[in-house]
Amino acid sequence: MHDVARASDIALTPAAAGPLRRAARNAFPFVVVGAIWEAVAHAGLFPPRFFPPLETVAATLARLTMSGVLPHHALDTIVRLIAGFALAALFGVTIGIVMGRSRRAEDILLPLVSIGAPIPGLAYAPLFLLWFGPGNVPAVALVAFVSAFPIIYNSWTGVKAVKDIWLRSAQAMGANDRRLFRHVIVPGALPYIVTGLRLGLAQAWRILVGIEMLAAVPWGLGWLIFGAQEFLNTDVMLAGIVVIALIGLALEKFVFQRLEELTVVRWGMLT
Amino acid sequence: MPHIEARDISLIYDTPGGAVPGLRGVSFAMEASEFLCIVGPSGCGKSTLLNIIAGFITPNVGEIRIAGQPVRGSGMDRGVVFQDFAQLFPWRTALGNVAFGLEMKGVPKAEREATALEQLRLVKLEHFAKSYPHHLSGGMQQRVAIARALAYNPAVLLMDEPFAALDALTRDDMQRLLADVWRTTRKTVIYVTHNVAEAVYLADRVVVMTPHPGTVKTEVTIKLPRPRDPLSVEFLDYQKELLRLLGQDAKGH
Ligand SMILES: Nc1ncnc2c1ncn2[C@@H]1O[C@H](COP(=O)(O)OP(=O)(O)OP(=O)(O)O)[C@@H](O)[C@H]1O
Ligand SMILES: [Mg+2]
Repeated sequence: MHDVARASDIALTPAAAGPLRRAARNAFPFVVVGAIWEAVAHAGLFPPRFFPPLETVAATLARLTMSGVLPHHALDTIVRLIAGFALAALFGVTIGIVMGRSRRAEDILLPLVSIGAPIPGLAYAPLFLLWFGPGNVPAVALVAFVSAFPIIYNSWTGVKAVKDIWLRSAQAMGANDRRLFRHVIVPGALPYIVTGLRLGLAQAWRILVGIEMLAAVPWGLGWLIFGAQEFLNTDVMLAGIVVIALIGLALEKFVFQRLEELTVVRWGMLT
Repeated sequence: MPHIEARDISLIYDTPGGAVPGLRGVSFAMEASEFLCIVGPSGCGKSTLLNIIAGFITPNVGEIRIAGQPVRGSGMDRGVVFQDFAQLFPWRTALGNVAFGLEMKGVPKAEREATALEQLRLVKLEHFAKSYPHHLSGGMQQRVAIARALAYNPAVLLMDEPFAALDALTRDDMQRLLADVWRTTRKTVIYVTHNVAEAVYLADRVVVMTPHPGTVKTEVTIKLPRPRDPLSVEFLDYQKELLRLLGQDAKGH
């Protein structure tokens, strides 16, 4: 019966008003910005070198993609992103859950996390570069460090938000500590953990592009953009920014939205 | 030997504002397969008493014995149903919720799902086995909670105002259903309520508690044939007697 109810829910949402209309609605703001850009670019207010029209950016994008340069930059950046973010997710979720479960750990770690979290990630960059030298290691380490904060914080909140009544019910049904953890605390905290991962990834993106500019890595989108400035290749900078936006969009759509659909949306636990 | 025995239970809550008495000197005993209702004014300690019997709280004085054994912590000899609909795990389907206790016991998947489905049939929800709790109404969720508490076959069922948050019509249905379930399963049931009609409808015996900090005021045995007719004169007489004991009759209830 609820399947019927769900089908009718969906029918009421704008999603069903036609995929074409929805796509048009989503594209609209970009079309407006694009049109303004074009108008400014062709009006000749700036030299075309500094303010290239979109067709030039598109041509550069296509050229750099064909030549394999852009894919190489993008791939290196993605590898660093995944490495750093995976570390952050692993340690962040673990630390957050431990803090949520143990009063001692909470007393020790919460002040550190509260102080460390609001500091802009790039402020740590010189330290990491001193410690690890230039290259991939400081980039990945900094990404992991900075993006761990929101993950720790949200995982901790999530464990705190696990309802007492779930724990009691599970205990009454014979769950020992290990099973309580796996079958109640982790799924109960998941809505917050997912939010933390999403914020952590956004953080990772921001810091990675920045550190790539500083760490003198030979390949990477941050480096591409930074290096292009030297030769006034504005079209290359813009092409790099477009790729960053596209990768971010893809991660959101294909990783996080999928993850949510399979878990918190299905369970009606969206926070 | 009584199945459940409460011996002189007292409890004091430690709060930041000081010690708050929860219960003082509660004693009663009940036989196997008996349906016992506990009624009392709000705040008298009914939930506290049930939590002590469930093993979630240890009393400062006294002990609970079940089948002669003193209670230490929760155990699979007792199933618990709370008032709060949120007691179900939102991340499990109705079937997954009901199968939880069996899973903790290590029962193989196929077997526990068959048993869980059987329990859902008992509460007339077998068609909703695959539904997640947020797609079920409050009454349906409470039925799943009852099935879940019964699934691993505890000898004792502890219920804390499980139907209090339901509308009157649904509550009537649920009481009938529970009476049926009890008739078929013959569990020993302790059922907390502050609704005297509910107590008279369900109970073999009613324990009446004093206001806060609660203790047992008196016990009333309901000698009515089942299924009970809530409109019969005898039913209403019992209701009046309980209301009088609770001191509410003067307020015109
Ligand atoms: N966790 C707690 N900490 C401190 N005091 C508590 C706690 N739980 C209950 N109490 C106190 O103990 C007394 C009994 O509470 P309890 O919840 O057992 O009452 P109740 O009979 O179930 O009430 P109701 O019918 O409203 O559910 C109350 O006075 C309450 O203030
Ligand atoms: Mg209560």
